[in-house]
Amino acid sequence: MTPQGLLKTEPMVEQLELMGCIQCGKCTGGCPVARKTTLNIRSLIYHMLVEPELDVNAHPELWDCTCCFTCVERCPKDVRPAELVIGLRGQLVESGQIPDTIGAALTGIFRQGNPTGMAREDRCGWTNGTQVKAAQQGCQVLLHVCCTPAYDPRVQVVPRALVKAFTAAGLDFGTLGTEESCCGNEVRRMGEAGLFEMLVEENGELIRSVGASRLVATSPHCFNTFKNEYSLTGMEVVHYTQAVAQLLDEGRLKFSNEVKKTVTYHDPCFLGKQNHIFDEPRAVLKAIPGLKLVEMDRNRERSLCCEGGGGRMWAEGTNLAERLAFQRVHEAAETGAEVLAVACPFCLLTLEDAVKVQGLDEKLRVMDIMELVDLALA
Amino acid sequence: MEAEPRIGVYICHCGVNIAANVDVEQVAQFAATLPGVVVSRNYLYMCSDPGQGLIQQDIQQHGLNRVVVASCSPRMHEPTFRGAAQQVGLNPYLVEMANIREQCSWVHSNREQATEKAKALVASTVAKAAQLEPLVEREVGVTPGALVIGGGIAGLCAALDVADAGFPVYLVEQSDHVGGRLKDLNRTFPTLELVADLLGPLVERVRSHPKVTVLLNSQVTSVEGYVGNFEVQVTPAPSSTPSSSPLKVGSIIVATGYDLFDPHRKPELGYGQYAHVITSLEMEQRLFEGRVGVDGQEPKRIAFIKCVGSRDVQVGNPYCSRVCCMVTAKQARLVQELLPEADVTVFYMDVRTFGKGAEEFYDEARDKGVLYRRGTVSEIIRRGERVVLMGEDTLQGRPFEFEADLVVLAVGMEARSDVGALSTLLKLPRSADGFFLELHPKLRPVDTAVNGVFLAGCCQGPKDVTDTVAQAKAAAASALIPLIRGTVPAESATAVVEPELCAGCGMCVEVCPFGAPALDALWPVSRINFVLCKGCGTCAVTCPSKAIRLQHFTASQILAQVDALVE
Amino acid sequence: MGTVIPSEARNLDKPAALVIGGGIAGIQAALDIADAGFPVYLVEREPSVGGRMAQLDKTFPTLDCSSCILTPKMVDVGRHPNIELMTYSEVVSVTPVNRETGKLVGEETGSHQSTNLPTYQPTKPPAFHVQVRRKPRYVDVSKCTGCGSCAAACRMKGRVPSTFDEGIVKRSAIYVPFPQAVPLKYTVDPSVCLYLSRGTCGKTFLCKDACPAGAIDFEQQEEMVNLEVGAVIVATGFDLLDARLKPEFGYGVYPEVMTGIEFERLSSASGPTMGKIVVNGKQPKDVVFIKCVGSRERRREQAALGSQQAALGGVPYCSRVCCMYTAKHAHLVRDKLPDARITVFYMDVRAFGKGYEEFYDRVKHERVIYRRGEPSEVYRRRTTDGEIHDGDGGGRLVVLAEDTMLGKPVEVEADLVVLATAITPRTDMPQTAGLLGLACSPDGFFQEAHAKLRPVDTALDGVFLAGCCQGPKDIPDTVAHAKAAAASAMKVLVQQSSSIHSSSTQSSSTHSSSTHSPEGRPI
Repeated sequence: MTPQGLLKTEPMVEQLELMGCIQCGKCTGGCPVARKTTLNIRSLIYHMLVEPELDVNAHPELWDCTCCFTCVERCPKDVRPAELVIGLRGQLVESGQIPDTIGAALTGIFRQGNPTGMAREDRCGWTNGTQVKAAQQGCQVLLHVCCTPAYDPRVQVVPRALVKAFTAAGLDFGTLGTEESCCGNEVRRMGEAGLFEMLVEENGELIRSVGASRLVATSPHCFNTFKNEYSLTGMEVVHYTQAVAQLLDEGRLKFSNEVKKTVTYHDPCFLGKQNHIFDEPRAVLKAIPGLKLVEMDRNRERSLCCEGGGGRMWAEGTNLAERLAFQRVHEAAETGAEVLAVACPFCLLTLEDAVKVQGLDEKLRVMDIMELVDLALA
Repeated sequence: MEAEPRIGVYICHCGVNIAANVDVEQVAQFAATLPGVVVSRNYLYMCSDPGQGLIQQDIQQHGLNRVVVASCSPRMHEPTFRGAAQQVGLNPYLVEMANIREQCSWVHSNREQATEKAKALVASTVAKAAQLEPLVEREVGVTPGALVIGGGIAGLCAALDVADAGFPVYLVEQSDHVGGRLKDLNRTFPTLELVADLLGPLVERVRSHPKVTVLLNSQVTSVEGYVGNFEVQVTPAPSSTPSSSPLKVGSIIVATGYDLFDPHRKPELGYGQYAHVITSLEMEQRLFEGRVGVDGQEPKRIAFIKCVGSRDVQVGNPYCSRVCCMVTAKQARLVQELLPEADVTVFYMDVRTFGKGAEEFYDEARDKGVLYRRGTVSEIIRRGERVVLMGEDTLQGRPFEFEADLVVLAVGMEARSDVGALSTLLKLPRSADGFFLELHPKLRPVDTAVNGVFLAGCCQGPKDVTDTVAQAKAAAASALIPLIRGTVPAESATAVVEPELCAGCGMCVEVCPFGAPALDALWPVSRINFVLCKGCGTCAVTCPSKAIRLQHFTASQILAQVDALVE
Repeated sequence: MGTVIPSEARNLDKPAALVIGGGIAGIQAALDIADAGFPVYLVEREPSVGGRMAQLDKTFPTLDCSSCILTPKMVDVGRHPNIELMTYSEVVSVTPVNRETGKLVGEETGSHQSTNLPTYQPTKPPAFHVQVRRKPRYVDVSKCTGCGSCAAACRMKGRVPSTFDEGIVKRSAIYVPFPQAVPLKYTVDPSVCLYLSRGTCGKTFLCKDACPAGAIDFEQQEEMVNLEVGAVIVATGFDLLDARLKPEFGYGVYPEVMTGIEFERLSSASGPTMGKIVVNGKQPKDVVFIKCVGSRERRREQAALGSQQAALGGVPYCSRVCCMYTAKHAHLVRDKLPDARITVFYMDVRAFGKGYEEFYDRVKHERVIYRRGEPSEVYRRRTTDGEIHDGDGGGRLVVLAEDTMLGKPVEVEADLVVLATAITPRTDMPQTAGLLGLACSPDGFFQEAHAKLRPVDTALDGVFLAGCCQGPKDIPDTVAHAKAAAASAMKVLVQQSSSIHSSSTQSSSTHSSSTHSPEGRPI
């Protein structure tokens, strides 16, 4: 890219193989943020194809993309439009043209292994005194806690509930403790390819050295990158809902308490849309005695993105209209549910925030599936 | 058999195609020095009449008993030179070609090296020619009758053409009626005629035709034999025993049709979840009844979405289903005519109205008020009583949320999921898109790799009624040729077994892709059916006793070629 | 009136078919009917069979060399014992005959016309009395060896635009249309031969002097031939729109603007530049393809115009093949000019056939840019000094269009512009139609009996259509259509013949049985 921010389009077109695009419009058509920002991925691809240069700086809406990958999932010609956003973000990262908050998150990951700005030594605060085996000693199942559940007080209940459930089920599991670092899923999507590569290498080595046969990820984001972008050969990578569903199925976990609530489930983009895991989270919820599961209209493949991914946890974006999370919580409330169940730390935070801002606290409560599981376990 | 080979060698210039890169005169002079060569010439176009005349004259005047033509690929003119030889009484299998065009002059630019290579190729071919043996040309008789598998429009038309030509036709249909999927359609495009008016008389003709036997509720369960002499077992459902003795036919036409794409595979479009979303087939059913909505409620905003399940790698169908653009234009227009006040919109990526009268039909649909918007729909959600189509209008360059009361999905065509058994029985290969594979995509659209088996209609690929009928008639033409002639030729360069050497191990039977060898029932020796044999040589190389000789490509011939090349 | 062709090795009791036109459609139909054992007269007005397909470089989507897949069929047709190949000949009249009475139909009451019902069946087997004019080649074909010495010596050498090469190449007055012609016999073009057109060619006939076989005979006369046939297949093909009727694209004014068929010749290894893409002596850096030139154009008064529309520069129908051949052309340019910028302007991309969409995908991956928008004009950019310069620095062609995706007008510079001109009915359709009493559709092509169920039949018993004379088609659809016409003809011929099929002990001495059969030998 030239100092003025002009990118020569041809190399990136070749590298990303954008030439297959027939401009059908399905990407922009299904893009959740296209309706509320000027981000038009189809138009960007077209510009890359027909113009020799692109002024990347003139497109701050590039930071609006949540990397939900709806466009990638639906493109009939397998062009992977979101990769263009990531590629262009990479150009901006290289030239230092990034929002400050994103820069801070990346620096935190680089320095302390997490985007929150807190110290690595404090990563295990979530255990709250419970003893958790150090995976470095060797274990069958490696639980990857994830930065947000590790540091954010609201989310810490989730890994705690997981520890309780896995212990009850008699699993030989452990965590990497303070050696655990950010998986890098958001890092790659924010355009910091170099940092991502480093994380993949270092994390990969550490994880493989544990010798576990399975990796369970608390967050769908971590799950996504470990499963699809790392090469953890010999290890099965699952999201915690899959692990818990399996334990229930095998009878190793039993629910004894009733949880008499009407619950609706929000499919997280990185679990549902991108990795097609829709049934296991529902199986877990349905197994809870007394729990009634109702569905929103926009469920499964059409779940409305909460706008938490793609670095959006650390950047507001050029939003011209209200957050999609606001719309989502209204959709949840309209089903008559009392609880909006989630399976992702980002969804948990953004949707809960939306409930508060939209004044729905009396009607709707946002809870992670593990919080409900915790209530159902003895 | 003559004692000494007397070989004539002819080096072709092929205009400048060979002569530009190969010194043909030098090659001809070199060839004259090879053992057994009596005459060596070079000429501008060997395949021309005068060129062939040279060969014929030399055969007569010099008593040639072998001919080598160094020119283009045998796929071009092997029949030409064989024919020329045969016309003057020389067995056509005593003619061999050296490819010094596609394998030499066309792929090398260094003239010296290309010339040396051409010489080597000629020497090698001459060495083989010295060992060539005359082969017998055989024909087999043809059972005068045809089998048509599938009773849709393709099968019906093919059957009628063969029957009208005077041959008995068995039409096997697995369901309880003929007419296939066309029966489910209301009107055709672009003429908007009622399908029943077209299909009715056709079906009646077939039913009442003295030469056509329609076997409903039946399936083909075994196929034996070869072109001109097939024995086909047809089993009526649901019993599992064949009903009668096998049918004997000379030609087989496969007209098994297609399946429609199941839109449940695109869950983001809400099919099966919203009653508002229907398929084009379901729309046809409504049009039969002259209504568009349900329960007397006529919709006000109707949307058509094209390319559902086609041109889409996400569902594994990268191909175009060819008919949906016209089906949609037809339905949109009919709906607009039924409901003049309604908003009818078609969402598209391209508009492929290519047939006769099709572009004009598309123009007229728009004249009637159908709006075409470029941009395909990404997902459908519900809003109140309506559904909302989320997409981008690529010409406006911005996303839309289009409310609709009714959404029609133009679902594409797929290869039938239940033709696996038939494809195995007939040994028919499939293309990458799952449909049956024709022998050559340009020049042999209805023939298959299996002699005597032809394709008609959508089982070979999506097409509309006009193209289906044309193709069905084309298949009938191919099927009629052996029936009218009464004989089919058999390949001469086939494999033969030396019974004294054969140990009866059966390995040749296992490896043959064409089912040509079979162990004799009484005497444990393999016999090769010369009609089924395609001369591929797999059995010959597999046989541990070296009991099988592939005529025209014998071990001694090939070794002679190799020796000449290596020298 | 004239001589009847002797039937050679043919069965005289088998009725014959007449195929008018020796392109791929006529060739395929003739081969099918002949393979079934019926005699076929294949009449072609040019000196060689092959038609348009012989002019093509490569075919889509397989990228087979067109001549390579066509010439074996041409050779087959030339050698088939059941086919009488009559090139450089024209059908003069076709008169239906009542088989039983031998009278010409029309002398009796009642018409021979049939109805257009989907399932119509003729009640009486048709028959036709045909007259063919064999035009004089002024060359004795029994002596001519195709050596070419005459053309090399001809006084008009290098001065006559060759139709086969779309005028790009100049030939002599005595010529073969292309080197793989079938039959490979020379012909004197009477419109340009100095002797034939002006009465004198210098002191001596250079061609006669050069010919080693003494084959040239200026005394040759045309021959009228009478034939009796049972079925007629019309396979007369198509024409292309004259691009000068679209002056906004500068065809005929700018040397850098050419039509699709001219591009085929340019790209062909046997063409004027041996396949090199060279324009104005240089390799183009920017190539622009414009589709739908003259196709898909409506006029308010078009119903009244019928087949005259083509003459006015626009037709309402889709020409069906241009989207695919343009993609193919773009691929060929990319193949030969790896660094060129290639742009295709389109309204829709009609890649509908088997393997077509995948081919379109492939071409896009080769960095061919598809821009949606039908160009409005092509002009030459003037340089600042007002002069037109060749080469860099100005004077390049500019294609003006709206890019409907961007929503704004664009100007794309080009060194080569290829126009995909509309496929039109042949200008002599009225004459051919009159010959046979054929009707034409509103688009000007021959009218089939029923749009859906009878795509090759006509309103006349025993007369069938094959190929593009009925409407634009690509090669696979043309071949299927031609085979369909053959099936229709075979039915009629079978009904007419004295025995339905020959005995099963038919002699196998003719080489056709072992070398021509389509079944045993894949092409």
